[in-house]
Amino acid sequence: MIAFLVRRLMISGVVLAAMSILLFVLLQVMPGDPAEMMIDPFSFAGNREEAVARRREQLGLDQPVVVQYFRWLGELLQGNLGYSFSSGRAVSEVMTTRLSGTIRLMGASMLIAVLVGIPVGIVAALRRNTAVDYTASFVSLLAISVPSFFVALLGIYVFALTLGWLPTAGMNSPGGTGLWDSLRYLILPASILGFALAGPYMRYARSSMLEVLGQDFLVTARSKGLSRLQVVGRHALRNAMIPLVTVAAIQIPSLFAGAVVIEQIFAWPGMGRMALEAISARDYPILLGFVMAVAILVVVCNLLADLAYAIIDPRIRIGGRA
Amino acid sequence: MTAAEPLLALRDVVTTFRTDMGRVPAVNGVSYSVLPGETVGVVGESGSGKSVTVTSALGLLPHSGTVESGQAVFAGRDLFTLGERELQRIRGREIGLIFQDPMSALNPVMTIGRQISEGLRRHDRRLSRSAARARVVELLAEVGIPNPAARARQYPHEFSGGMRQRAMIAMAMANRPRLLIADEPTTALDVTVQAQILALIAQVQAETGAALIMITHDLGVIAEIADRVVVMYGGRVVETGPIGSVFGKPGHPYTRGLLTSLPRLDRPAAELYAIPGQPPNPMFLPDGCAFRVRCEQSQNRVECWTQPDLTALTPGHASACHFSHELAASEEVSR
Repeated sequence: MIAFLVRRLMISGVVLAAMSILLFVLLQVMPGDPAEMMIDPFSFAGNREEAVARRREQLGLDQPVVVQYFRWLGELLQGNLGYSFSSGRAVSEVMTTRLSGTIRLMGASMLIAVLVGIPVGIVAALRRNTAVDYTASFVSLLAISVPSFFVALLGIYVFALTLGWLPTAGMNSPGGTGLWDSLRYLILPASILGFALAGPYMRYARSSMLEVLGQDFLVTARSKGLSRLQVVGRHALRNAMIPLVTVAAIQIPSLFAGAVVIEQIFAWPGMGRMALEAISARDYPILLGFVMAVAILVVVCNLLADLAYAIIDPRIRIGGRA
Repeated sequence: MTAAEPLLALRDVVTTFRTDMGRVPAVNGVSYSVLPGETVGVVGESGSGKSVTVTSALGLLPHSGTVESGQAVFAGRDLFTLGERELQRIRGREIGLIFQDPMSALNPVMTIGRQISEGLRRHDRRLSRSAARARVVELLAEVGIPNPAARARQYPHEFSGGMRQRAMIAMAMANRPRLLIADEPTTALDVTVQAQILALIAQVQAETGAALIMITHDLGVIAEIADRVVVMYGGRVVETGPIGSVFGKPGHPYTRGLLTSLPRLDRPAAELYAIPGQPPNPMFLPDGCAFRVRCEQSQNRVECWTQPDLTALTPGHASACHFSHELAASEEVSR
């Protein structure tokens, strides 16, 4: 078990290093020069060429890419993620303030996706080829195929503008505190992001459950005289959960992509919006920090999926004997 | 026939399956019965309806299957008229099932002990968790599993094929049922283990006094343990009778074909006989006698285009063939 973890963590380190190199190269290919962006050609008086060159030097952008990379890496290993080009604040500081917003949004969305998607999928499998199943499958198809910005705009129109139940954007009312205030702002963006993820969860849960329902050991369970509830709850569910855990964990990073859009629409101060702002400002350090955070999340989720797998399925024992 | 009341009496059971091509009969008017304590062997090729008949009786058919008509009287009650809850009280308590492949028939993520004890506790609400656990260990010991206390905490994948089937038998006999149904219990096992499992089933039956329906395509198994045999073909019973009588004087060309195709020590293996043709597809059963297209007795005679009834040859021995008398005559010659 320990050996497995160590091996996996080492592999993860290699993956992350490769990821950071790729990113560095991609950033070089990206059009636009951060130094140019910082010095407004209309308001700047004086020799602009010189000012841009000086700024490039300050930011270290005049160095070759390889040097830039190792400088960044060296700082990173000392726990320094660098400083934002545009605001000058430490990347770690910017990220931590934004991270809490994103975690709140993603956590709530994930909860909604799991609590809605998986039970609905299981019920659809148990009532397959009935109106319940068809309705659930249709709605999940909608959740997958309708872009979330559209659902978001629809949600704002209905619940915020027409009904006036919920606020249109933001994370808190001005000066507002307390759980209820935060919750009111969270409901709409989290539901919409969660809905988009509930779609695939429902489908996976349905197909996984259907596969288990066709297995011989369910007939055995029934032949023992168990009730339908016992057969489904005790025997079918746990087996159906095995593939679901992996799928659920692997989907978590895709939540980030959804969060970028939703945060933008709801003016939610999270990492997604931070990344968008960083892209338009060519703020490389922030962008690097963001993408590395996502990469780490992906690696961690995969590791968690493998561990969860071993916990649910006794046939898989990590490390040692097969 | 003795005067004893049968434990299970199947009468004219018809079961169909829903397919893309409409409703297909898998079991087409099957009748047979089992006396208390008796062993009945049911033989037939795959698709002959031998398993579907018993799953019909127990209400364990898959969604696409429906019992169309007939009766399955178990201890005085017609199982087809019982509700799901009443059937649940019978399954596992009065009728125990042993399945073909003990790997897929056991839940891979539940310990063996728990899979046995849940059946015990289902039918005896007062049984405590610890008492059930103690009973499980006893049961595993009874079916010859060494170190039963530790084995009970293991998962199916930690058991060998033979051990899994032993655990399956422990599960089926847990509540001392009056009827055991074994559906090809040795097919998925190594030849070396098959004999042990058969012996174990016979031992369990002797200890509990249960009746046994042994479903198999292996005549050797039947010969070893059955009192009576039911031969099925194309969803119907084609011959039934006491084991000695059916094996000694088969009244149906199909039964005779099966017996002739067994390898024998006194004949070279190169001359091994095989029934010509393929087992019938239940979707396209021939009109009349389903066996006529493969039958060496029929020789395309017109009688074979009508379904023969099961008629008694001797008391207790019946066959569904228009020419069973010819068969009896030729049998004398070939001996």
